[in-house]
Amino acid sequence: MRSYVGRRALSLIPVLLGISLVAFLLSSLSPGDPAKLILGRQQDEPPTPRQLAEFREANGLNDPILVQYATFVVGLLRGDLGTSFRTGGPVLDELTARIPATLQITLPAFALAVVLAVLIGVLSALRRNTFIDHGSRVAALLGDSMPTFVLAYLLIIVLSVNLDLLPVAGRGGLEHLVLPVLTLALTTVASLMRLTRSSMLEVLGEDYVRTARAMGLPWHSIIFQHALRNALIPVVTVAGLVLAGFVTGTVIVETVFAWPGVGRFVVDSIFDRDYPVIQGFVVFTGTVFVLVNLLVDLLYVRLDPRVRLSASRERHGR
Amino acid sequence: MAGELAAAGAVGDRYGPVEDVAPPRKPLRQLLSDPLAVTGLLLVGSLVLAAVFAPVLAPHDPAAVDATLRLAGPSGEHLLGTDELGRDLLSRLLFGARWSLGIAGLATLVVMVVGVLVGIVSGFYGGFLDTMVMRVVDVLLAFPSLVLYLAVVGTLGPGVVNVFLALVAISWAEYARVVRGLVLSARERDFVRASLALGASDRRLMIRHIAPNVVSPVVVLASLHAGRMVLALAALGFFGLGAQPPTPEWGTMINQSRLFLQSAPMLMVLPGLAISLAVLGLNVLGDGLRDVLDPRIGRSR
Repeated sequence: MRSYVGRRALSLIPVLLGISLVAFLLSSLSPGDPAKLILGRQQDEPPTPRQLAEFREANGLNDPILVQYATFVVGLLRGDLGTSFRTGGPVLDELTARIPATLQITLPAFALAVVLAVLIGVLSALRRNTFIDHGSRVAALLGDSMPTFVLAYLLIIVLSVNLDLLPVAGRGGLEHLVLPVLTLALTTVASLMRLTRSSMLEVLGEDYVRTARAMGLPWHSIIFQHALRNALIPVVTVAGLVLAGFVTGTVIVETVFAWPGVGRFVVDSIFDRDYPVIQGFVVFTGTVFVLVNLLVDLLYVRLDPRVRLSASRERHGR
Repeated sequence: MAGELAAAGAVGDRYGPVEDVAPPRKPLRQLLSDPLAVTGLLLVGSLVLAAVFAPVLAPHDPAAVDATLRLAGPSGEHLLGTDELGRDLLSRLLFGARWSLGIAGLATLVVMVVGVLVGIVSGFYGGFLDTMVMRVVDVLLAFPSLVLYLAVVGTLGPGVVNVFLALVAISWAEYARVVRGLVLSARERDFVRASLALGASDRRLMIRHIAPNVVSPVVVLASLHAGRMVLALAALGFFGLGAQPPTPEWGTMINQSRLFLQSAPMLMVLPGLAISLAVLGLNVLGDGLRDVLDPRIGRSR
């Protein structure tokens, strides 16, 4: 197990380097001269050629591209994601300062999504081919096809504009949380639910469930103690990815609901051509994603003895 | 080499042993007997027809401004009402199909070609080239795709061309990974080995023997992927990064209607519905195609 963890962790290094390279290359995509762009923001009059030359020399823009990349990576390793053009603060600080607001909608949404998905998924599996099963399947199909922002606006139109139950946007009391959390949760219920359903169906067909049934165990003990526990293993592992997938969802949800989190900050930065923030966000989300993937893999190995076995077999095979 | 074999094994697990399943005899008839797939076909078909015949079908010029008719409700003249500049909403939706579906469709096509070529070459030749390509693929797939689209378009600047470039530059990776896996398992099969032993050229092997084994899964992947392209394009339009007004792209229309959420919600609901229907159609059509063409891949929805 330990060597498996080590090997998996080592395999992340090239991917993390690749992520840093993507972020680095982004800066070469930006139209125009970075020196001109940054100096132009710091002072009112256009920068003189001499200022530009000094700035380039001071910030290493004249270095060979490989040296620039190395400098960038060394900075990243020190936690330096650059400096925001707009706020003048370190990008890492700007992002981390907004994480609590993002988590405030992400975590409840995650909990809600998992509860809803497991509930509906298990029900659909137990009541296969009934109204609940078909209904939830159709709802999941529709949910997959509707863009997050359309769902968000539909909820606003119905619940805020027509029924006047909830505030349209902004951050404040609990009532401000309802719509963003609901939107975010609903975007992921569909895939989680399908997985719970198929996983539950598979488990219900297993021999040990049949045995338990033949032995006359009460149904709740069969379902909760035998079936559900095993059926949830794949769900748990995907749930980790769902949490990471919320990264995309929050960018949209925070924009719609004017929620002051990481996602909205990044969108604002895009319109302000605050390139270091965009770069920092790429490094940040890429790293989070890769780490969550690693955790999910390890969790899977931990939860499912069959995978643990094959992981060690794979090791001995090499 | 160990890594390659492991990867081939993983693909084998997912797609099953290749010899297992005989190709469907009448794929079209089988597809048409699946009601969901037929629904998808009808949805996609009618939206594509709407896009193609938009100039004939649209009652008005989608760009014609009428200051006296701002945010008007439905009427005989304007069946779905007008927008904030008095433009006919129905006409804008019809012409919007050209942008939203056209760009997403073109992007899907280009991505497919690029991804398949890279995947075949990478899987066929293996070695250092393959390792490098797969490293790039790993990195591109390490991100949620919208994050990279946002980053690339955000850096290049808003606009249809930049959105298209971002979609293509990033999404080929998925095809490349799938195709490479298929190539690795096809390469081990007897007829390919026999052909190789008979001295067939690399090009002949790739085109005559390997490519046909890749077609079905790629068609399935593309039809499911097309829906995601429509979604991505709409999302970028919603952020204001896609087609710029007055272009009637659906996502852009939603972005423009944000200010009129209270007074004219239909300006938002109808383009949203159009996007959802298009994606729904492509998704169920993709599912149906998968059942027909590639029963080896399990149903995911």
